[in-house]
Amino acid sequence: MAGLATVFGSGAMTNSIDEIEHADVILITGTNTTENHPVIAQRIKRAVERGTARLVVADPRRIDLVNQANYWLRQKPGTDVAWLNSLMHWIIKKDLHAREYIDRRCEGFEELAAEVEKYTPEYAEKITGIPAEDLKAVAELIGKADRTTFLYAMGITQHTTGTNNVKSMANLAMITGNVGRYATGVNPLRGQNNVQGACDMGALPNVFPGYQLVTDPKVRKKFSEVWGVASLSDKPGLTMTQMMPGIGQGEIKGMYIMGENPVLSDPNAGHVETALQELDFLVVQDIFLTETARLADVVLPAASYAEKDGTFTNTERRVQKVRAAIDPVGISFPDWRIIQRIARLMGAQINFSTPEQIFNEIRRTTPSYAGITYTRIEREGGLQWPCPDIDHPGTMYLHKDGFKRGKGLLTAISYKPSAELPDKDYPLLLTTGRMQFHYHTGTMTRRCKSLSTLAPEPLLDINPQNALELGLSDGDLVKLFSRRGNIKIKVNINHSVDEGVVFSTFHFHESPINRLTNDVLDPVAKIPEYKVCAVRVEKA
Amino acid sequence: MSIMVKTEKKVTLIIDGQKITVPDTITILEAAQKAGIRIPTLCYHPALAAIGSCRICIVEIEGVDRPATACNTEALEGMKVTTRSERLFDLRREVIKMILAHHPLNCSPCPENGDCELQDLAYEYDLAAMDFNDYHIQTEGFPWKPFSTPILDYHPRRCILCGRCVKVCSEIRGLGAITMSGSGAKAVIQPVMADEQTPSLCISCGECMRVCPVNAIEETMGGIKGKPWETKRVQTTCGYCGVGCQLDLNVVNNQVVGVTTRDDVGVNKGRLCSKGRFGYTFIHSEDRLRRPLVRNEEGKLEETTWTRALMKVAREFKRIKKEHGPDSLGGLSSARCTNEENYLFQRLIRQVFGTNNVDHCARL
Repeated sequence: MAGLATVFGSGAMTNSIDEIEHADVILITGTNTTENHPVIAQRIKRAVERGTARLVVADPRRIDLVNQANYWLRQKPGTDVAWLNSLMHWIIKKDLHAREYIDRRCEGFEELAAEVEKYTPEYAEKITGIPAEDLKAVAELIGKADRTTFLYAMGITQHTTGTNNVKSMANLAMITGNVGRYATGVNPLRGQNNVQGACDMGALPNVFPGYQLVTDPKVRKKFSEVWGVASLSDKPGLTMTQMMPGIGQGEIKGMYIMGENPVLSDPNAGHVETALQELDFLVVQDIFLTETARLADVVLPAASYAEKDGTFTNTERRVQKVRAAIDPVGISFPDWRIIQRIARLMGAQINFSTPEQIFNEIRRTTPSYAGITYTRIEREGGLQWPCPDIDHPGTMYLHKDGFKRGKGLLTAISYKPSAELPDKDYPLLLTTGRMQFHYHTGTMTRRCKSLSTLAPEPLLDINPQNALELGLSDGDLVKLFSRRGNIKIKVNINHSVDEGVVFSTFHFHESPINRLTNDVLDPVAKIPEYKVCAVRVEKA
Repeated sequence: MSIMVKTEKKVTLIIDGQKITVPDTITILEAAQKAGIRIPTLCYHPALAAIGSCRICIVEIEGVDRPATACNTEALEGMKVTTRSERLFDLRREVIKMILAHHPLNCSPCPENGDCELQDLAYEYDLAAMDFNDYHIQTEGFPWKPFSTPILDYHPRRCILCGRCVKVCSEIRGLGAITMSGSGAKAVIQPVMADEQTPSLCISCGECMRVCPVNAIEETMGGIKGKPWETKRVQTTCGYCGVGCQLDLNVVNNQVVGVTTRDDVGVNKGRLCSKGRFGYTFIHSEDRLRRPLVRNEEGKLEETTWTRALMKVAREFKRIKKEHGPDSLGGLSSARCTNEENYLFQRLIRQVFGTNNVDHCARL
């Protein structure tokens, strides 16, 4: 999100799900949409089958949508800036960029044009492995199309160059005039039900709800008045990926973890486990005794989404209702009740009796949510922020009449290789992700019999050529090593991955892949480089 | 790649004596629906293109000898359509009778009982059990065969071969993982296998189950099911990915027993993936945390009361804040929790802990 926030002034999907089908060109990269957002993948397929849209897939893996694609750009993992720059190079060379749009709405074009000058398709081919002819064809396709929509997910952001990858895509969208119009846009597909909402609500170390900076005295004044406190800290806090090392250095002594399982989900997970054990005091609130909860001093039982009321904000900024269907299991409570009780026991006067009352405080403090009410959500089937007042219809696509930051910022970005590339000792490149039958660390889906029947065990995808060299047969158990740890896992030999690349998911505690991943971070967004690290496979 | 501009032409037709003006691209059935006239249907599904297999929706068109199926006949200028007549009633009744002759009539143990489109039609067209003796049909024995996915079971005897499941798989999902095979009374729906080795293209989304009008496709591993009249359907937002599909949790006796959808609701318009449709049984898992736990003297987690657990939490956080300062505390909120909970969580961390050390797993 940091990338988009810098160039446009706000970080969210610029357009809506319904618009995707109406684009002339759909470019997807770093999203295995069929596995992670199946309902969106289906929309894409339909548009392609109807013949109204052309599909470009840029992905190192032969993902399902490749079968529908007009072009498949198979880049080497971690080389996204290079192919994106190359597309821009060719678009500018062929004079297909949106001159008028750039003049009117963007700044920094000269610098960008100078930067991409050297990224000829032939030069990019050497870095990315994508044939120059394909890069030219796709550049011309996008350059000539009226409406191109760009969809991406963690395959682009979980790199040390993640912020730059996103900025590069935004560059490409802007120079082709594809931001602020119907069926265009730069659209991050969010992986979790309410990750957009958690960001919107200020569960981030540098901003209050609505992306209002903690460093802004006016904002702090507003929140301290509403919350009835004398002052609030103006010092931006630590991100999750900084807190873990912070424990080892003695800076962090106590933690409250709600509905998260960093022991499986964080990079270099072995370190996370050690760090959490070193804490003076750890509270974990969850619906299951997760790997993280096992380390806690106090474990608080929470209600699941089926047992509480509230709202989630989806990937297209739509605020929708969550409704309690059953009573909380056991003597668990909805999370908001638990948080409030802790706050009260620590001396704060917080007295909400319903989630709707909390939502009304959100409306008071968060301008983009001000016009959204529970009644309107019921009546209008969800509302998309920004919705600044009660008569506002909500916003289908952002930046229609200009960017929040004024002019859209084009940024010259040069290609930098990933932090850890394969070498003699660790000759293969490991990239990680999800699959459609499981979710995150598997705490919910692995307890659903249907889903665990469909995907009972972790597998490592490996190319037949590499398998042959290593003397492996399908289903063999192997040991997978990186510089940070090792795990045992069965291999699944197939062509979905290119030679030299292996893939697995992080859903399974018995093969915790994040013990291997690299905890090196993108310098801006602090996202770990889950998508690229060097590994070695040995027969177990 | 220019934008296509649709110019819409209108036609006027008469249905049951009522004059109706509609776009020239729609069918008689859709025209009737617009005018609030109900034509009975069975294989028709609003989310799918017309199938035209069941012939329940037949209507009479003036000047045309044989009745036509309303679902796949275009509405034309000047048409005079009759949707109800004695002849149509008798014809439709025969069609339903033919279908029922193959279909088990022991409705009471069927979970669809009370919410079954075929049962409704049988009732509407006044079919008592004795009528079926008209057709001396020996129903085939069907040995059990695996369906396209282990999580769905197919019941050939219940199946009325309407074709909705095949249509939804190819049309909506773009897969074509199942097909109709065989003919007459022996016809069944079966998975499409490229060869013995290659598994079906099925992705276990369960759309086929959703559109089946008679419960011939059923969840293999679902929990107990309730009868439609005792099932509460609570519309909510799916708890998995960020698309935010709308679904109905089906509740019987305070237990979530299944997931259904509504055709016109939400970004998904009735569709779901395997997680959304089948990923609900964790709710009642044995492993759910039911009571607070606290680490005892021996270092083991043991059950405790809310009061003891929360007192300890408040006391320890206050102590650490006092001894090491507010920035020695931190909190991880959750992309799984609601907006209200995330708001309250960061409020606790900022207002009560006094630090901005709050984050969640947006980056993961």
